[in-house]
Amino acid sequence: MKTKPFFKVWMSPTLFLAPALSLIAVFFFIPVVASFLMSFTDFDIYSLADSSNARFVGLENYKNLLSDPLFWKAMRNTLYFVFIGVPLSLIFSLATALLLNSKLIRFMSLFRLAYFLPVVTTLVAVAVVWRYIYHPSFGLVNYLLSLIGVGTVDWLGNPKWAMPALILMAVWKNFGYNMIIFIAGLQNIPPELYESARIDGAGKWQEFLHITLPMLMPTTVFVSIITIIGYFQLFAEPYVMTQGGPMNATLSIVLLMYQEGFRWWRMGYSASLAFVLFLILFMATLVQLRLQKHYSGV
Amino acid sequence: MSANKILIHVLAVTVALMTLIPFVWMVSASFMQQGEANQFPPRLIPESFSLEHYLRLFISMNIVRYFLNSLILSASITGLSLLVNSMAGFAFAKFHFPGKESLFKLLLAAMIIPAQVTMLPLFLMMNQLGLINSYLGVIIPGMASIFGIFLIRQYISSLPDSLIEAARLDGASDFQIYWKIVLPLAKPILVTLGLFTFMGTWNDFMWPLIIMTRENMYTLPVAMANLSGEHAQDTELMMAGAVITVLPVIIVFLALQRFYIEGIMLGSVKE
Repeated sequence: MKTKPFFKVWMSPTLFLAPALSLIAVFFFIPVVASFLMSFTDFDIYSLADSSNARFVGLENYKNLLSDPLFWKAMRNTLYFVFIGVPLSLIFSLATALLLNSKLIRFMSLFRLAYFLPVVTTLVAVAVVWRYIYHPSFGLVNYLLSLIGVGTVDWLGNPKWAMPALILMAVWKNFGYNMIIFIAGLQNIPPELYESARIDGAGKWQEFLHITLPMLMPTTVFVSIITIIGYFQLFAEPYVMTQGGPMNATLSIVLLMYQEGFRWWRMGYSASLAFVLFLILFMATLVQLRLQKHYSGV
Repeated sequence: MSANKILIHVLAVTVALMTLIPFVWMVSASFMQQGEANQFPPRLIPESFSLEHYLRLFISMNIVRYFLNSLILSASITGLSLLVNSMAGFAFAKFHFPGKESLFKLLLAAMIIPAQVTMLPLFLMMNQLGLINSYLGVIIPGMASIFGIFLIRQYISSLPDSLIEAARLDGASDFQIYWKIVLPLAKPILVTLGLFTFMGTWNDFMWPLIIMTRENMYTLPVAMANLSGEHAQDTELMMAGAVITVLPVIIVFLALQRFYIEGIMLGSVKE
């Protein structure tokens, strides 16, 4: 290959990359850095009018955060949502993927479409619909429960049940997405593996345990990390359905961040919350990368 | 039919009922008479068919405006993002320049930063630029997407280099190669990314909620969230609003679902 002159090497790529990269730099990278700096200031409503009112306060925001009971409440709620919701979502999407991947099933693409519909619909609209489905006196859920003799539950009004209700709705909303990825993973398992297992006399359950599950491991790791990241960002459901209540039972990290930053304009404090969220997601991703390396090495 | 086959279909239908009944009820309640949806036991079919809630949304409420806001934002972000991201994806796929790999890796690594981290400074920036309550305040930060660049780069990388070399020998400029050869060949991935972007923008909530504070700039999700507080008792009205909000995405999805499903698979392939 001839060596091209400097101008020719740089000219075209620069022109093609410039629009996207400058947008990403100005409206993504700079705000990330600015947000980090902001988390060390007392940026508030007075600084909004004149940013010279903001003072550097060091680790003050992070210290306040760690001693704020509301923060710990939001953290506990979010962890509850993630650690119950993600496994439920994974189990349900794997089960439905196995169902739709069965050789016996008819109208597979119709079922797939039905399962996928909640994924594509607007979260806010769906949250409004579910508010009524959970209504204590005329909601569908309580009606179904009354058929099997269970009494009225005030799903969104009872601090004990509000989070489980949000989890149920979130799983309903997103299992179809993971299901699609699991189906692809199932179809990538070489059929010879099952044939030789059958020759060895393995039953269906043994096949699942010794072939399907291990072969799906990389897929499962990938699916769990995107689901974990998504579930950590819980916001619209509590905003629309419970406003974080009752008694802060559904207050999430992002909802708290929104309230602190955009309702009370305590933007420095809010920025420190955003970075705590980022730190958690960063560590979760590191764990995933480790696991992925581990399982693709098998 | 074997017992297994029956069992599998019973299960499949049960799950389908679980996913579909909320939608069936939403549509049905939107056509009910005022108050009918607040009865126990709940009805799945309206007693009589009423359009009053849709009429109310269209005539005495501002739903046409919200709909247009959502449409304008989704359509313009989709068009602009396809252009901007396909240019960058093409450059990453087919040009050779020093530092390309590390630049691309930096972008991929940045994908784990949640969007919420940027929102506070972004709001201040938009405030300085006077773009609060403007379409541009949503469009500009929504145009470039690292995921979009990644998706397009993957696809264009798989196109043979010989096509580009041949065109270059014929004297085509880089821009002509991009516009006349690469883009037409990349049509499937452009449809996929366009679909993702359109639906993503239509359904987006947090940023529009932050930046669209004036009622006539609300998108449908922001309007729904606000109305659901004021009109909590008007179940039928809220359901009509929900139908109008989800109908466009469902139609677009049904028309192009093959591309959407393929996009999920592409997005889930690791490097």
